Amino acid sequence: MKQVMEFEKPIVNLKEKIAELKNFTKDSEIDLTEEINTLEKRLSVLEDDIYGNLKPWQRVQMARHQDRPTTLEYIEKLFSNFIEFHGDRLFGDDEAIVAGIAYYKDRPVTVIGHQRGKDTKENIRRNFGMPHPEGYRKALRHMKQAEKFNRPVICFIDTKGAYPGKAAEERGQSEAIARNLMEMAGLKVPIICIVIGEGGSGGALALGVGDHIHMLENSTYSVISPEGAAALLWKDSGLAQKAAETMKITSYDLKQLGVIDNIIPEPKGGAHRDVDQQAVYMDHIIEESLRVLKDHTPEELLEKRWEKYKQIGDFATL
Amino acid sequence: MMPSGVEKGGVTLLKDLFGKRKKYATIPNHQAKTDVPEGLMQKCDGCHKIFYRKEMKKNLNVCPNCGHHHTLLAWDRIECLFNMDSFEEWDKDLITSNPLQFPGYEEKMEQDRLKTGLNEGIITGKGFIEDQAVAVAVMDSSFRMGSMGSVIGEKIARAIENAREQSLPFIIFTASGGARMQEGVLSLMQMTKTSIAIKRFSDAGGLMISVMTHPTTGGVSASFASLGDYNFAEPGALIGFAGRRIIEQTIREKLPDDFQTAEFQLKHGQLDKVVHRHEMKALFTTLLDMHKEGGEIS
Ligand SMILES: [Zn+2]
Repeated sequence: MKQVMEFEKPIVNLKEKIAELKNFTKDSEIDLTEEINTLEKRLSVLEDDIYGNLKPWQRVQMARHQDRPTTLEYIEKLFSNFIEFHGDRLFGDDEAIVAGIAYYKDRPVTVIGHQRGKDTKENIRRNFGMPHPEGYRKALRHMKQAEKFNRPVICFIDTKGAYPGKAAEERGQSEAIARNLMEMAGLKVPIICIVIGEGGSGGALALGVGDHIHMLENSTYSVISPEGAAALLWKDSGLAQKAAETMKITSYDLKQLGVIDNIIPEPKGGAHRDVDQQAVYMDHIIEESLRVLKDHTPEELLEKRWEKYKQIGDFATL
Repeated sequence: MMPSGVEKGGVTLLKDLFGKRKKYATIPNHQAKTDVPEGLMQKCDGCHKIFYRKEMKKNLNVCPNCGHHHTLLAWDRIECLFNMDSFEEWDKDLITSNPLQFPGYEEKMEQDRLKTGLNEGIITGKGFIEDQAVAVAVMDSSFRMGSMGSVIGEKIARAIENAREQSLPFIIFTASGGARMQEGVLSLMQMTKTSIAIKRFSDAGGLMISVMTHPTTGGVSASFASLGDYNFAEPGALIGFAGRRIIEQTIREKLPDDFQTAEFQLKHGQLDKVVHRHEMKALFTTLLDMHKEGGEIS
């Protein structure tokens, strides 16, 4: 049973009613086909109405949904022979980030992503997908290896942010993130980034510098969580809903701001309702991105990467 | 060291004079500055002793008693390092366009423009330290707490590109609370923009020196501030990624007093050196000289 969000309750209730009627018809002589058809039509309208017009705050709830598919689930659907490799060779292995190599179709690729847990136990092991410096350094180690063996890099972004902890600061959280930004800027192989859940600030960005940046429709990408923004801006974290709107954090906002290349559609009701279908949508875009990027020389790739980021941001002249 | 009895008496007297203000001693330095008329006294944030403002300023805002480094505004910083006759400012007229149409943002910017005389929380340009030309960027924490939006990212990226094209070393003084909330994700993306510019500059052989001043946190700390060939900091500067309060709430533990100070970062291997403000220019001169051979941009 999937966790139901407040705004989708009318849909779920109607679905239950339809199921009830269908069940009833099975064991009874009364024909309810007409009633069922009417309700199904109404359901379709209701779904389009609710899921087709999600408010920013509702997308935040989607992005954070406990059943939302994680990096490892997408890896399983999209790639074959994934082998995970551990450790940063400096301090430890941060399980908030997974990294390894796999085949995409016939082609070896390096895959890296934030990894949340889906239950408390796994979340503790994965530190709720919030990396320490060693996570970013592990990711960087894999990127450099990808460069050496001329493999494209595919990153999945799904984190509330880099972990705000004492040890993380002591081991150089800032430096680890900064280093990744700089090294990804100069990596001589294609990098494709896909935001699959929450893209939280610098902790997301440290896996997020690439040639093509895509977002799942109901994912978010922001400089701070809506709660954090509300607390900072209006001294009231209860205004998170307002902050979600003002801060422009949805895939549609980011596309409009020129920060991302493509919005990857989600199945009706969100990625968690049909992971297979979601993977198909993602597959199309990965294939297209790799096709476009494979013909670039490393020099062209880096020049285009710079051109891409150079124009992000907006300003005026006095 | 305790000063002599006479001075002590004098200080007590001044303390009495300022008695009413005492409870506001923690207001930010720049605000205190505008509150107190020119020529009056200034209380040290470190030892709380009171000094003539002129005396403090002459000492580059370093306390003559305890060595506490107070905020140095961007122009003051530039004046103490560069020959001002030949200083050339870049991109002075870039201002925010309020890209997210954030309510109230433009009014706040206008207030800070009037307050500081700056158009943004950063000055970039080209100047000479002794006879060595350098590209420089100096952040100013009195302007919106030095928070980084599109203009700051753009000005830094352009300064670095200029440095690359003109074969100049690049020096940056950071002072920033991090991202500018009112520009949302565009502010975040300035971390990337500046980091790519640094990568291009570095690959071309350019020398970059970063000096983190109080405070250097969040997205600024996690991008260009940490990407110098040499990363320095001023004594006592607050440097870190996450805020102290957020960390304390997360780990449910009280953090030590020296947490995230320059000295703490030095101890943990995150800095090359903590440099006293008075020694900064001499260090730059030596470093620039040492990189004359082999440090030029190809
Ligand atoms: Zn003092």
